[in-house]
Amino acid sequence: MSEQTIRRIWPSVPIVTALLFITLLLVAVGAKPLTAYQAFFDGSFGGTDQTLSTLAFWVPLLLCSTGLLVTFTAGLWNIGVEGQMIAGAIGSSAVSLLVAKPNPSIPGWVILPLSIIVAMLCGALWAALAAVLKTRGGIHEIFSGVALNNLAIIATNYLISGPWQPPEGGTFRGTVPFPEQALFPLLGTSRFSPLSLILALIALILVALALRGTFWGLKLKAQGKNLRSAFLLGVASEREAINAMMVCGALAGLAGSVRVLSWFDSLRQSISGGIGFLAILVVLLASIRPLWTLLIGLLFSALLNGGTFVHSRVQLHSSLSGLIQGTLVLLVLLLSDYTRVFRRKETVTEANTGHE
Amino acid sequence: MNDTQIIKILASIIAQSAPLMLAVTGETITERGGVINLSLDGTMLLSAMTGFVVALQSNLMLEGMGITGNMLPVLLGFAAAALVGILAALLIAWGSIRLRQDQVAIGFVLTLLLADMANFLGQNHTRIPGPSVAYMPIPLLKDIPALGPMFFSHNLAIYFAFLVVGLAWWWTYKTQPGLRLRGVGDRPESAFARGIKVNRLRYIYTAIGGALVGIAGATYSLSIKLGWSDNHILGIGWIALAIVIFGGWHPVRGAFGAILYGATKALATVLQQAFPEVPVVLFNSLQWLLMLGVLLLAGSKGLQRLVDIVPRPLQRPLARSLRVAAPQSLGKVFVEE
Repeated sequence: MSEQTIRRIWPSVPIVTALLFITLLLVAVGAKPLTAYQAFFDGSFGGTDQTLSTLAFWVPLLLCSTGLLVTFTAGLWNIGVEGQMIAGAIGSSAVSLLVAKPNPSIPGWVILPLSIIVAMLCGALWAALAAVLKTRGGIHEIFSGVALNNLAIIATNYLISGPWQPPEGGTFRGTVPFPEQALFPLLGTSRFSPLSLILALIALILVALALRGTFWGLKLKAQGKNLRSAFLLGVASEREAINAMMVCGALAGLAGSVRVLSWFDSLRQSISGGIGFLAILVVLLASIRPLWTLLIGLLFSALLNGGTFVHSRVQLHSSLSGLIQGTLVLLVLLLSDYTRVFRRKETVTEANTGHE
Repeated sequence: MNDTQIIKILASIIAQSAPLMLAVTGETITERGGVINLSLDGTMLLSAMTGFVVALQSNLMLEGMGITGNMLPVLLGFAAAALVGILAALLIAWGSIRLRQDQVAIGFVLTLLLADMANFLGQNHTRIPGPSVAYMPIPLLKDIPALGPMFFSHNLAIYFAFLVVGLAWWWTYKTQPGLRLRGVGDRPESAFARGIKVNRLRYIYTAIGGALVGIAGATYSLSIKLGWSDNHILGIGWIALAIVIFGGWHPVRGAFGAILYGATKALATVLQQAFPEVPVVLFNSLQWLLMLGVLLLAGSKGLQRLVDIVPRPLQRPLARSLRVAAPQSLGKVFVEE
């Protein structure tokens, strides 16, 4: 095969390898691969209900990914996006339970924007905490992110089993349903809110434009490429890091708000559904490109939504969708450069250009 | 609370800390060589599942042949778990050394992937009883008052953890190959100039570290938190990674950190029983707050503040004993040329 042919077909190699690997795993646990794949498709785009529910997963995923575009551009590993989403969900729940519920006369067009703003603020503050722990405390954002994610989960559990517990108690782990006017307007009987998708798309476009065409975007890029040089050239790196984290946190907070105010109608135990972590995978796979983030986000939310369907139809563990997504991203990351995969000994010139 | 109860709690702290010590030591060795294996959390989940299932199935097979009470199934479980750890670690080493991709990215994706894989492959083996490491008090030593029940009335896996910490310390600081290990992580250029095959050593130590991490995972499922369930030990890997930093990339200090963590958890349980009116949430969040606090302390600024508190003559020796530094080339790719 000529080098050019290899280069042309190479992008499909990780995808095919991932599919083969997953098929092998399915066979290993005694499942029929084709039935499982069929169930994935039926569960994600098989009908209007399924498609709308895929879209409903897409919105928060898109919001988190958009935020992560900012932090990844700045060279930050915002693992805490999951916790920032939960913080936003808690913020919106507080508005719904403490403001909307006692005052049914406040109309939706007042309460919903308020709810969104509070959610974004909560997310941004939770992110700022991680940022300050990094810039002032010297804790890498990965570690503070992990700790803050778990603290956010614990806070949720505390709220739904303590102050916000439904009066009848019961085994149902969640708050009472929020009043109608506090929720996103939903499409028909689905859990999908077109308004939330519009917000997410606006956010993505704004972030894409800001990263591409503004001085702020340039500063973030410089910082992400080489922190020290950027600092020496006059980028206030601490402040920019905090800003980037807070922008991401605000968008993740909005994602959390969408989760509680459209997918659910109350604060639940597993409010994030792993969407924050999934968003990290999306942005990694898209190599921080906005358009690809949009498309891969749709594919991954289809997988996520299909996974629950696969679970109920063919009794396969719902972690299967995560397995497919993870394998795909890992292989694409590993095999992105085919010259590295094949070349046995490196020449000196190549080594020089290959420096990180 | 009487003396026997206290000794019992201390003994359980020792046992509970053992797998964490193994994971911390493994990662310390890996990072000493200059490679970051961020996949600990997922690797430990998958190896815990693999170790349990392999031990369970081989035990069933032996029972089918009429052999019971054999140590073999458990040993096979540990071997399989170590293999899982080695494979995960080598994947990261290969991805960064050979393919020149971002170690952190690969490690993070791998940790999510392996956790999902553990839940998926282990789905038919949740919440069932299976074999475990046999209790094995050490003759004579176990009869020492207080110390005997605390340190010498455990199983082989627990003793092994302590042995590994000692060995790792001796190897890293007292032997010629250990000097080479540190050289590879600190100044790969100089090591290479002296004829050391930097990348080959990095592969080897990443694999050894991975094996220990895998064994740590199986120690949970076969000795500490028996069996398998969804997300059986989720989060422990991240704690281990933080303790490596807290321990200043030193095996003995890392082990100390692991015991400190175990002690804090035990203390929280005791306090929880003593003060039932305090919300459980406080005790649950303790380990994560502790992780943040400890990392703040390990950072140079937090350390300086701590040193400033003590009387002046003590400041210098304290600072010297507390100061930790990451291997200088941690996470950096080295090109042999």
